[in-house]
Amino acid sequence: MTLLAGTGPAVCIGEDIDTDLVIAGRYLRTKDRSVWAEHAFEDLDPTLAPRLRGCVLVAGKNMGCGSSREQAVMALREAGVLAVIAPSFARIFYRNCINVGLPVLECHDLVCKDAEMITYDCTTGTVNAGGRSYTCGPLSSRMQEILSAGGLVEYWKGRLSR
Amino acid sequence: MGTLSETILGAQAGSFSDKRIDKAFCHDGTGVQAKVIYDEMGAPGIANPKACYVIYDHIAPANTSQTADLHRELREFAIRSGMHFSDVGGGICHQYMAEGRVLPGEVVIGADSHSCTLGAFGAFATGVGASDMAGIWVSGETWLRVPESVAIHISGSLVKGVEYKDLALAYVTELGMDGATYQALEFLGDSVSSIPMEGRLTLSNMAVEAGAKTGLWYADTVTREYLARFGQSCTDQEVKPEATYSKEIHIGLDDIEPMLAVPHRVDTVKPVSALAGTRLDQVFIGTCTNGRYEDLSRAAAILDGKQVAVRTIVTPASRADYLKAEKSGVMGTLVEAGCVICPPGCGPCLGAHMGVLGEGEVGLSTANRNFKNRMGVGASYYLSSPSTAAASALTGEIADPREVV
Ligand code: SF4
Repeated sequence: MTLLAGTGPAVCIGEDIDTDLVIAGRYLRTKDRSVWAEHAFEDLDPTLAPRLRGCVLVAGKNMGCGSSREQAVMALREAGVLAVIAPSFARIFYRNCINVGLPVLECHDLVCKDAEMITYDCTTGTVNAGGRSYTCGPLSSRMQEILSAGGLVEYWKGRLSR
Repeated sequence: MGTLSETILGAQAGSFSDKRIDKAFCHDGTGVQAKVIYDEMGAPGIANPKACYVIYDHIAPANTSQTADLHRELREFAIRSGMHFSDVGGGICHQYMAEGRVLPGEVVIGADSHSCTLGAFGAFATGVGASDMAGIWVSGETWLRVPESVAIHISGSLVKGVEYKDLALAYVTELGMDGATYQALEFLGDSVSSIPMEGRLTLSNMAVEAGAKTGLWYADTVTREYLARFGQSCTDQEVKPEATYSKEIHIGLDDIEPMLAVPHRVDTVKPVSALAGTRLDQVFIGTCTNGRYEDLSRAAAILDGKQVAVRTIVTPASRADYLKAEKSGVMGTLVEAGCVICPPGCGPCLGAHMGVLGEGEVGLSTANRNFKNRMGVGASYYLSSPSTAAASALTGEIADPREVV
């Protein structure tokens, strides 16, 4: 199960962050998810990985562009990121977030301040930060179903056992 | 309701639709991951194995025994489940699928971002991640959001020494790395009927570099004649007058000159002439963008009877491309010129093996993306056409192909 709403301190990253920067290709030859969590963002800023647990990750536009590697979103989930917020996402990254049960919100005007508390709610498509409320792009009912099941694995497990 | 995406998916842009998948493919990278996820789902079997392909290209042949173990597990699973399986040396998944395995009007999903390549056939072809592939294995379906479309109108004809890759770099720059996010590109205009399939594949391949879901061409005589070589037949697709586009750009081929994407962004492009003389440590000709027979053959024409001045790696996109280059003498020309030939596949494109760059080295590649550290930690590399790559290989510096063709 994934909680579709939550609160956590912001970790701000830049625009056009590609999936090679989220998890470098040299760490892909393993099935051990903790390796990806440990090395997340290593080439962008090696001090980021330890700060991800319980955070709300706020990126600039075109978050997750580049390779389709799902290990990128698994790394973030494994590292304890609660949700990812950006003005726009590369579409495969966006799909992958939903598929691994990592809440994802498309929010245009949010100005990120490191460590500021952010509250998000995927069911209403809203984000609150610094006393301001923002409206985000909606998630389709299918996406919400997959997300709240905890990702595509749990979603299919549930459907196949019915 | 008039764009090719809307016609194929049968719904209005912006709506969500659950689609049965005609062809689904993954490679040794995403396939390993998809199998882990598929096992977790606990499904009784693959819904439609005949529509599924597993194609080894990314780290193929295996570079370490760890990779070999992962390969073995997926290979056994693919064969046991009755999926199509292409082992090491068959070629890059996108090119392998382009060899008569995708038809106009189909819905094609690949677990790789460059699956948009197959939009060249008028198929709705797009990339997904490993979980989505596992979901397709389980159900034979997936959800898709019907995209809005961007029209790219092409007119005129290319000048000698300039290639469709230069046009691809030009449109990605014009749109920007996220200029077409969530949208489909449609290639239209007076010149499309004269653009051969290999050029279309190159142009569709780079659609994702502008964030697009796919890069579509309406099936026509070029498509029909190309597919006929693989014993496939198809009918033409008509451009509908009621189609509406969120954005339209116009590009005249006569205005395009040889281009380079400079480190580390695909959408930061400069004319080759502005960077001529930049010293290089390695030239790489290959990938799903530009590793086809025609690409190798243009490079060979420039290198014929001469010697490269810098290490030059050539990796054919598929076994069929390799064989054609071998039989036509193109391969011999490249070897005589001092190039090293790697087995068909992705080669050093993703920085895993067979031509990874060292720290501080500068490379020139015919690939589609030049993200930081991708082809070697601490290295930087430029992207160009095969002609520019070959011309540059001759001097060991970035060089304008118009001076040697
Ligand atoms: S050649 Fe490069 S871009 Fe193409 S599929 Fe292989 S790794 Fe990806």
